[in-house]
Formats: sequence, structure tokens, C-alpha cells
Amino acid sequence: MDGEKESLMERVVMVEEDVMLPGMNAASEEAARSEEDLFPDVRETLLEVKDLAISFVQYSKGLRQRTVSPIVDLNLIVDVGEVVAVVGESGSGKSLLAHSILGILPSNARVTGEINYDGRALTPERVKELRGREITFVPQSVQFLNPLMRVGAQIPAKGKDKRERKKKVRSVFERYRLPAGTEKKFPYQLSGGMARRVLVASATVGGARLIVADEPTPGLDEAAIREALGHLRELADEGRAVMLISHDLEQALGISDRVAVFYAGTTLEEARADDFNGDGCDLRHPYTRALWKALPSNGFLAIPGNQPTPDNLPPGCLFSPRCQMATEECFSVKPHKRDLRGGWVRCHHAA
Amino acid sequence: MKNALRIFAGRALRLATLLVALVLFSFLLVSRSPIDPVRAYVGADMNLVSPEQRQQIEEYWGLNDPATTRLLRWCSAILRGDFGTSMIYRRPVLEVIGERFLASLLLMMTAWALSGVIGMALGLLAGARSGGALDRGVRWYCFTIASTPAFWLAILMLMLFSVWLGWAPIGLAVPAGVEASRVSIFDRLHHLILPAFTLSMLGVANIALFTRQKVVEAMNSEYVLFARAKGESERYIILRHVPRNAALPAITLLFASFSELFGGSVLVETVFTYPGLGQATVQSALRGDVPLLLGTVIFGALFVFAGNLMADAVYLFIDPRIREAKRGKAREVPHGSLA
Repeated sequence: MDGEKESLMERVVMVEEDVMLPGMNAASEEAARSEEDLFPDVRETLLEVKDLAISFVQYSKGLRQRTVSPIVDLNLIVDVGEVVAVVGESGSGKSLLAHSILGILPSNARVTGEINYDGRALTPERVKELRGREITFVPQSVQFLNPLMRVGAQIPAKGKDKRERKKKVRSVFERYRLPAGTEKKFPYQLSGGMARRVLVASATVGGARLIVADEPTPGLDEAAIREALGHLRELADEGRAVMLISHDLEQALGISDRVAVFYAGTTLEEARADDFNGDGCDLRHPYTRALWKALPSNGFLAIPGNQPTPDNLPPGCLFSPRCQMATEECFSVKPHKRDLRGGWVRCHHAA
Repeated sequence: MKNALRIFAGRALRLATLLVALVLFSFLLVSRSPIDPVRAYVGADMNLVSPEQRQQIEEYWGLNDPATTRLLRWCSAILRGDFGTSMIYRRPVLEVIGERFLASLLLMMTAWALSGVIGMALGLLAGARSGGALDRGVRWYCFTIASTPAFWLAILMLMLFSVWLGWAPIGLAVPAGVEASRVSIFDRLHHLILPAFTLSMLGVANIALFTRQKVVEAMNSEYVLFARAKGESERYIILRHVPRNAALPAITLLFASFSELFGGSVLVETVFTYPGLGQATVQSALRGDVPLLLGTVIFGALFVFAGNLMADAVYLFIDPRIREAKRGKAREVPHGSLA
């Protein structure tokens, strides 16, 4: 179809050794390799989320208040030039994390912990300044566009006048091969693939440094998924930082450098993408290993039980009720975050 | 355009069946009612009419013919545009309706426009900060007005603005005792403003509550969430994103509210003695003016139907999703394809 996709396809063919979606992993490995050559061991952290907790006060049964905490002890670091995947089941707090970074949580949310951006605290005032420009958001679907507004008007391009704005929108649309006239279309007139490119375009028009993509691929076919994820990888390779939220580990591994595993509102582990290999012995947390083994290509083994709900969290390790390695300690004492083999983990027994 | 034509053909059919049912039903009601057409026609001089004369009048009018014959005669007259002669005004019914309707139209359209503008503005303000003080105030006002009988509200307004404050005239559409040629536009407006405002207050409540609901939905929508994430200001969101999504259903409701407008105008015109169609309807019913009553019934149905038709048209011509679909463009790009 064109150069961009061709090159991605080439990569697909080049390396076939891996068990998972071979092409995508090859792409990321290649990118990782070239990055290592260019910037050996230089980490420039752009986003740091430290012990984040979010709770909501709800009224249940008349005037009785109750607090629900969908996020407890969330940690995440996103460096310049990398894609960090945030994976977890639905309800693990992935989207809430995105919303809290962008400062668009509902007003009854209580937030504790730290979110630092570019070395300084990301206060509500600061995020108001930055969002839409330095920090941008790629939402899930075309539903996030106003159905009665033309697409061009919904791209947050800034300009002195209308003409300059239009030019900026046109140039970003051209980059994503959106044909002339797309600006004048209404969202419902876009195909799934086009809508995705419009959403990515809206996140990149202002020269963003941090891009938060929340499940950007549902309902797309294989080729469109590859293209959408390819765009994100490309943005990271340009020196931006990308946080990719996904419930699809396989897809996420295809383009990411590091993976943060969320479970019931807590980060259980942060691993390098290449820790996910073979039988998963490079992985640190039993839950991560279980996720890895649940992939169709790795045995399709599901573990019994469900993720605990925010109003009914177990006292010790959140995963303890489903963990086969769990001991007395796991049921009563919360494991602390500790560094392990180039990543970190919250588990008493990880080694 | 094909789509639109089909829709309007369907509406025309619906109108035809509605009118047939209406004509049948109102004929049945009137012929079963205790109204004595001869007494209504002759009026106070009834005791001067001898039974023989009465017999002759009945014979002349064909009152003793079978019901079906009378119905058919009436229907064919209506189809020829002959609605008969009003017994109160001693003029052709159509002429009376035409004149009265102009006066009412002025009143109803003023009220309609006012309720649309004020209602949508209040709805937008309330919905933009739902749960806030303004929202609570607007809702309190709307629920109060919506549960207030129209005539009672009209009487209160009359007491307050005409009797106590003396800002507005007590009634009528023009000053009493002034030659028609010397009545200025200002005089007409002066007489119009209070009835129109009262009538609009009734519409405001519905429109405001409905708009508010749509605005609240829009404010909680994904596209507003994304707009915030894109760094768009709350002001921009409330002025640019929300109105177009909330206005469409609200405008539709506004057109569909013609029936309440017509019903409200009957009560308001009566209280303010405003010489419109509503007042004529009440008078014709009270004084047994059957031709005028039947004429206003048919005319009222046409008026309300026209409102509903316009509501449909608004959707057809304003909503881009329907507009474009009509041109057959919506399916130009198959969904999910990688273009």
C-alpha cells in the first residue's frame, strides 16, 4: 500500500523465531537494539507515577458513605523514546491511571501519591497547561469524537489564525495518509482504520512528548491493529514517550520496551518486554507468569479465580487467594516493591 | 431525497386517516350533544318561534335527515372549502378562523420563540454544572411551573403585572375605544407581551428540563472526556461541543410542543380576553356555535400536525447523520476497512 506499512511487513517476515505475533516482536526488538546502540544506558524519565492511590467516596443505602479504592500502590515509569505497556484485566485500574495523568478524573475522586512529569510534580494546574499539547491522549474509539462536529475541528491544533490551524491539521493528516476532505467529514463517515488515524493525528498535532494510548485497538482487523500499534512505536522512536494501555498482552509485547502488570489497582511487576519468553522463567511475579502462560501460543492455561473487586481487597498480597506459591506470609503481609533483575516486583517469594 | 419523499408521503397518509377519524368522531359527539342548533341559531328570541316555524327551519337545514346523509353533506361541504357560517359572528367560519388565527399566531409564535430561547439557555446553564446552585434553582422553577395550572398562572400574572403594577393592560389585543386605524404597533405589542410571556413560561419548563437532561448526558459523554483530555476549556466544551448535541432533540421537542401551545393558548386567551382562536373556540363551545367549533377542531388538528411534521423535518434537514444518509453517502466507506 505504501512505504510505511511495507517496512513493517518486511520486519514481519524477517524474524520468525518467536512464539508470539512474530512480526511485532521483531519490530520492537529491532527498535530496542538500535536504541541500545544509540543511547547505551541513558534513561531520561519523563513520567513517574509513585505509590498512586485513587479512591471514590460513594453513598450507599441512604446516607451511609463508603470508600472504594480502585487504585492502590500504583507505580510506573515511562522514559523518553520508549513504549511502556500497561497490561491487566479490565477493572485493574488502567484507564483510571490514564485519566488521573490527564487530570480528567471525576470530581469525587481522591488521589494520593505522586505523579511527576519531566522531573516536577504534575499538579492539576500544570496538567491543565500541558494536556492536549505536551501530554496527549489516544482514546479507544471513534465514540470519543463529537458525532456532530466535523473531524477537522476536533483536532487540537493551535494557530495564529484559521489558515495556520488548517495547515497544521492538513499536514498531520497527510502524515497519517488521511485523504483530502477528511477534515470535512463527520466521525460516523470514517472507517475504523481512518478513525484510528484521526485519533492518533489528534494526539500528535501539537508536538506531544508523552502520549497516553488507552486500548487503541478494539474492533479493528489484524492489519489495522498492526498499523495503529506501528504508529505508536514510530512516535516513541521519534523521541517521545508512549504509555500503551492494553488488556492484550500479546499485542502490547509486539511494540513495547517494558511492561507494567496491573492487578486490582496495584502494579505487581514491571518487566522488560524480552523477559516474556519461553516458559516465563525470566518473569518475576506468579501472576505475570500466569498471564504469559494463558496466551494461546503458550499453553492456553487459565488460572482459577477472579481479580478481587476494589471494595473487597484481600489483606495481604492481592494475588494470594489465587497464587499456588502463597504461604502464610502472603495472606497477611503486603509485599513491598523490590528491584529484581532489571525490573521490580511486589512478591514475597520472587527470586 | 427519495427517503424524505417517502417519509412525507407516509405523513400525508397519516394526516388523511387522522382527519377522517377526527371528522367522524367530532360529528358523532356533536350530534349526540344536547346542543339544539335551532335554539343556538335563534338565540334569545326562541320563544317567538312557533313549533311550525321550527319544523320548517329543521326541514330547511335537513336536521331530520339520517345521520349518514348529514355527515356526507357536511364532508362534501368541507371538501369544497365551505365550513359554514359562524352563528356567533354571523360570518363564514373560515374567515373567522383566519382572522382569529393571525392574532393567535402572533401570540403563540412569540411565546414559542421565547420558551425555546429561554428554555434552552436555562437547560444549558443548569446542565453544564449539574447539581450546582443554578441547576437546583432551575429545576425547582421548572417543576413548580410544570405543575401549575395554566389558567391559574395567567390569573396570577394578570394580578401582578396588570392590577398591582399596572405595567400591562388588563385584556384585549388593542386599546378599547380606539379606532382600528389609529392602533399602533406599540399598542399591539403592549397588549401581546403579558399573554405571550405567560404562555412561554409554560413551555420553558418542559424545554429547559429536557435540554438539561441532554446537556448532562453530553457532559458525561466520551467525547467531552476526550475534549478535556485534549486541553479544551470548559467554556469551549459548553459552548461548542454540548449545544449542538443537546439542541437537536430540544428543537424537535419544541416543534412537537405545538399541541401544548395550542391548548395553553385557549386558557391564556380566555383569562386575558385576548381575541384569538383559543378564545373563539371557548366561545363557540359555550354558545353552541357548531360550525365554528367543528372548524376550530379541524384547524387545531392541522396546526398540531404541522408542528409534528416540522419536528420530523428538523431531524431530516439538520442532523448531518440523517442528511447525509439521505444522499446515500453514509455507507460510502465500509466500516472497519483499512483505507
